[in-house]
Amino acid sequence: MIMGLVSVVLIAPLIAVLLCATARSARAAESINLGASLITAAAALPLPFMAHPARIALGGYLLVDGLGTWVVLCAALVYALASIYAVGYMRLLGEPQRLMRFYALFAGFAWTTLVAPLMNNAGVYWIAVELTTLVSTFLVGFEQASESIEAAWKYIVVVSAGISLALLGTVLFYWAGTAVLGPRYDMTWQILTQSAPHMNPTLVTMAFLLTLIGYGTKAGLAPMHTWLPDAHSEGPAPVSALLSGALLNTAMVGIVRFKAVAEQTGTGSLPRVALITLGVLSLALAALFIVRQRGVKRLMAYSSIEHMGVIALGFGFGGVLGVAGALYHMLNHALNKSLMFFGAGAMMRAYGTKDMTGIRHVGTHFPFAGALWLAGAVAITGAPPFGLFLSELTVLRAGFTPTDVWAAGIMLVLLVVIFAGFLNHFRIMYFTEAPTPAPDVQAIGPWCTLPMLLAGIPLLVLGLWWPSAFSTVFHAVSSALAGGAP
Amino acid sequence: MTLPQFTPLAASLFSLLAIGSLLLAFVMLGSRWLRDYMYAFGLQSWLIALLSATMAYYAHFPELYLVALLTALFRGLLLPYLILRILQRLGADRELHVILQPSTALVVGAAAVVLALAVAHHIAAAIGTSSPVVILALTVMFSMKLIGFLMLSVRHEAISHILGLLILENGIFIGSQVLIPGMPLLIELVILFDLLVAVACFGVLARHLMERAGTTSSLKLRRLVG
Repeated sequence: MIMGLVSVVLIAPLIAVLLCATARSARAAESINLGASLITAAAALPLPFMAHPARIALGGYLLVDGLGTWVVLCAALVYALASIYAVGYMRLLGEPQRLMRFYALFAGFAWTTLVAPLMNNAGVYWIAVELTTLVSTFLVGFEQASESIEAAWKYIVVVSAGISLALLGTVLFYWAGTAVLGPRYDMTWQILTQSAPHMNPTLVTMAFLLTLIGYGTKAGLAPMHTWLPDAHSEGPAPVSALLSGALLNTAMVGIVRFKAVAEQTGTGSLPRVALITLGVLSLALAALFIVRQRGVKRLMAYSSIEHMGVIALGFGFGGVLGVAGALYHMLNHALNKSLMFFGAGAMMRAYGTKDMTGIRHVGTHFPFAGALWLAGAVAITGAPPFGLFLSELTVLRAGFTPTDVWAAGIMLVLLVVIFAGFLNHFRIMYFTEAPTPAPDVQAIGPWCTLPMLLAGIPLLVLGLWWPSAFSTVFHAVSSALAGGAP
Repeated sequence: MTLPQFTPLAASLFSLLAIGSLLLAFVMLGSRWLRDYMYAFGLQSWLIALLSATMAYYAHFPELYLVALLTALFRGLLLPYLILRILQRLGADRELHVILQPSTALVVGAAAVVLALAVAHHIAAAIGTSSPVVILALTVMFSMKLIGFLMLSVRHEAISHILGLLILENGIFIGSQVLIPGMPLLIELVILFDLLVAVACFGVLARHLMERAGTTSSLKLRRLVG
């Protein structure tokens, strides 16, 4: 049963890639991609709740465990929402002859983010993450304005350089493993974890730091985040949502799995302190740039850095609470950031500018979409009654231990700064007078509003109700990461 | 740690090839001409292919012969050819504005090698080995990493960036051939293939960059800030 669902998740987007690439019209490609994404999401939905105990398939290359399926769930939801949104948004581009290529790339990108978290072999995982970059860089540059191409170029150079460090770290992990397992072995997470206690701690520390920096680049952790604001702001809005809600989590999986291996070796507290430090740095940097931001999509991009910081802190603090908070935050952030990028993309099109100074009276022009976007903004700053409030609170509680209280304290202060800075931009966009006469405002179609609503409702529900099925998954993941049976 | 045990002849062959590759990285640092970078990279790939073949012979990993062959074909011929084509299309033949004069870059590169050597010694001491081959492999791996990053940061041309990334990969490849010759063949093959796709993607993007932004120099790519 579960393997059947997994194969649907892994095959449906691939079929969509083939069909979209050969489709004759934009409308056909659009509906193929939409259908594939909905099927994928439906198949991914029950996965995390069936993934205990973990299963291994495809000759040991596929690992279906709690952590992997949870990230797949987040990615599949964003893929479905973004595909609905893309129908409305990409038509506005006015280049129907290029849309077949767009949807083929889009489904391909979604496929890579769905595959990577389930890879059982550290080397193959690296390859999958590299593939996400190669596919998505063309999506970032899809609009072909000189800014988009510049962003795509910076994205591929910075991320390729970054994840080459992760490859070096992976090689060193393999080398450390040869001490126990001999020169030839399959580098699966399980084998690595089992042999970790016999590895050399110095070597493992170095290998972990390299993978942390490498995958941290891909996950958008400061100070390796430099590609992120450009790529997120210059790609089409559905792509930004997928980058932020699916790709970043996919890279985080690698950090979390390598950290679990490293902690089995006698590396002491260094792995978690390193992760916590990057988390705090990300929050600090995001706070600085959010307060002074002018571009509406760049604002969302820096907010992604902030939330990746929160997730890094959750995994860094560790324990059941930390892991549960981080995983819950992944889901909430995936939904919420999709909503925010959908809104930002729609406003960008409606007002014809990326600059927030040109966006005024959103609430008056768009009573419904505007209200949803505003609710999303309140949610993403971590205010109740939305999901992110619960998950941030859980991460904070995990941090209130004698060793980590400094980080939790800084996190709390920075969250308050971000809350004020972020919502101030929305206050200006909604409630202040326009500096220049009101620009012509284009209408927002229902294809753009619907996914915002679909993302917003579960966000509210998850803020009021923490399903107990989730807790079971989080417990299983947390004990697997602590070295128990996966 | 299973450390490779080699005859003196094998050890000196490995050292020769590894040091030769490192020297070619310095050729790239010391030149302004993009074509030189490409030749140095091609030659370096051939040295790595030789290294794989010697490793296959002395350490009895027959599958490395295949890796050697593919390295020579892919990295030694196909990648330089692709880069040559990108070069011709872009019409850029040298670095016009250098942040760091080639001579200064050489000195910085030398400092990077010293740092890499120190790190390699530290790691070797931690795992309790004094095998010169291991230390050399680690040194070459780390210093080519650093030189690659140096290329990425002090050069501006798109081609230099592609080659900088390729040096990063070559360094890892040299290290992994010596330290973990038993790495599963499948992964090596996929990484080779991945490299090819990556360079093709870079080529397409660089062409777009030329068409849309009118330049391939990262100095001029400053629209996106803040």
